[in-house]
Amino acid sequence: MPHVQKQSDTATKLTVGEVFDLPAITRPKGFFERKNVRRALPWFVIIAMFVFWELFVRALSIQEFVLPAPSAIFEALWQWRQPILENAWQTLMTTLVGFAFAIVIGALGGIALGSSAVVYDGFYPALIAFNSVPKVAVIPVLVIWFGIGTVPAIITAFLLSFFPIMVNVATGIATVEPELRDVLRALGATKRQVLIKVGIPRAMPYFFASLKIAMTVAFVGSIVAETVAANAGIGYLMLVASSRFQVPLAFAGLLVTGLMGIGMYVACAAIEQRMTGWATRGSDTVSFTA
Amino acid sequence: MTGFVELDQVSLKYNEEESALALYKTSFSVAKGEFVAVVGPSGCGKSTLMKVVTGLWPATAGRVTVADTPVVGPLNFVGMAFQNSSLLPWRTTLDNVMLPLEIVKPHAGRLRKERKAYEAKALDLLALVGLKGFEQKFPWQLSGGMQQRTQLCRALIHEPSLLMLDEPFGALDMFTREELWLALQDLWLARRPTVILVTHDLREAAFLADRVLVMSARPGHIILDRKVTMSRPRTLDGTYQPGSIALVHELREHISAARAKAV
Repeated sequence: MPHVQKQSDTATKLTVGEVFDLPAITRPKGFFERKNVRRALPWFVIIAMFVFWELFVRALSIQEFVLPAPSAIFEALWQWRQPILENAWQTLMTTLVGFAFAIVIGALGGIALGSSAVVYDGFYPALIAFNSVPKVAVIPVLVIWFGIGTVPAIITAFLLSFFPIMVNVATGIATVEPELRDVLRALGATKRQVLIKVGIPRAMPYFFASLKIAMTVAFVGSIVAETVAANAGIGYLMLVASSRFQVPLAFAGLLVTGLMGIGMYVACAAIEQRMTGWATRGSDTVSFTA
Repeated sequence: MTGFVELDQVSLKYNEEESALALYKTSFSVAKGEFVAVVGPSGCGKSTLMKVVTGLWPATAGRVTVADTPVVGPLNFVGMAFQNSSLLPWRTTLDNVMLPLEIVKPHAGRLRKERKAYEAKALDLLALVGLKGFEQKFPWQLSGGMQQRTQLCRALIHEPSLLMLDEPFGALDMFTREELWLALQDLWLARRPTVILVTHDLREAAFLADRVLVMSARPGHIILDRKVTMSRPRTLDGTYQPGSIALVHELREHISAARAKAV
């Protein structure tokens, strides 16, 4: 606007040279403020934990079937790598299939709940009631219907993980600012257009945040189902191992589960960052600690 | 002659309670191309008025007509801007401004084919309000004043015949606000849409409007319909001239009286 620029011309400006003449505000960085140190920190914590664990077990000479030392766990991990890999693959697959169903049903259900007050009022209480049922208690029923194996594990993973996705998507869509809705409706937008242009994009950060939660509980679901009713999978492997008092192997199963969980979490977080960087307002590029 | 926007004895009740009566027998008329400001004590139903005129909320009684057609549902051509920036945070400034074109007919159908031409139009409009170079920025990278300018552009991009502004500058500091008054005046002089501006800033009303309507306390109705005679284009200095000051004073007295009656 011309009116603005005229005013700023008369203001006294610092030239570039003058700016550099100002004393720089710097202070030496502390050890924990260095970037590399920050990055190495989680690894350091994990390694320290294992070392402490090892020393603890050795110092008190704890029996292997009570608490195996990390060295024994890693040894079991290597020794049984073939069955562990096969069963981990099985668990990963059932979890991912269940999770995929949860994403589809959760997102669609969330859109329906969030965009229609009728659907919300009608279905929400029933969904809450359904979600309060412990899913482990459902597994025997699933076994009656589908037999022992992969299907109950997939369904349990799905049942545990679709709810957080649905509720989050519904919240994102239902909380669209009324002004924004008015702007679009006064332009003649249909309900569908408001949903596509505003509701769904706005729900994306909620959706991705819920994925991180849903991913973890999907693992819980499939592993619990495997320990109850399966003949493959990490849960099954751990059950067999503990029944044979191969405690290091059971712990190796736990370790693998944790690794898979972290891997999936990181994948979800990476997709989230790509898709909804606008929601974090680029603050991740600014380090507040540096 | 009937006006472009015509309200005849319009009452509005949000629900059955007595206190829910927001408008009571409100009547006024706005001519095509006229700039009308609506002022009044807070909570007097100014924002309700916006909803009734645009058809977003149906009137309980009375008749609302826009462009010689009775309003029975939401209109499909009105440009709107609000006090809070309602820009979409996942869209750039340019894409935010283009939003109405994706919805309003006949632009929505042509947009894909003639994207370049429409984009050029949006860029021109942004340049007009001093946002050249900010087209690819996201809303959160803009200052409050810039966001409101973007909102104005979004409200104007499809060249609406009716522009409804609900305290669009309410959240800004005085200097930014005055800048935007000038910008809005320029835009209005260039295109002459019919404008209804709801505001609580009497200087703003006096500077921008051809006519100022004063509303009573809730339930709202028009208690004063005052023509503003100052010639256009108006200047900020003009708002400190005796004529303008007297007008602001007069409006203020009516609003205080309305407030006193309410208490």
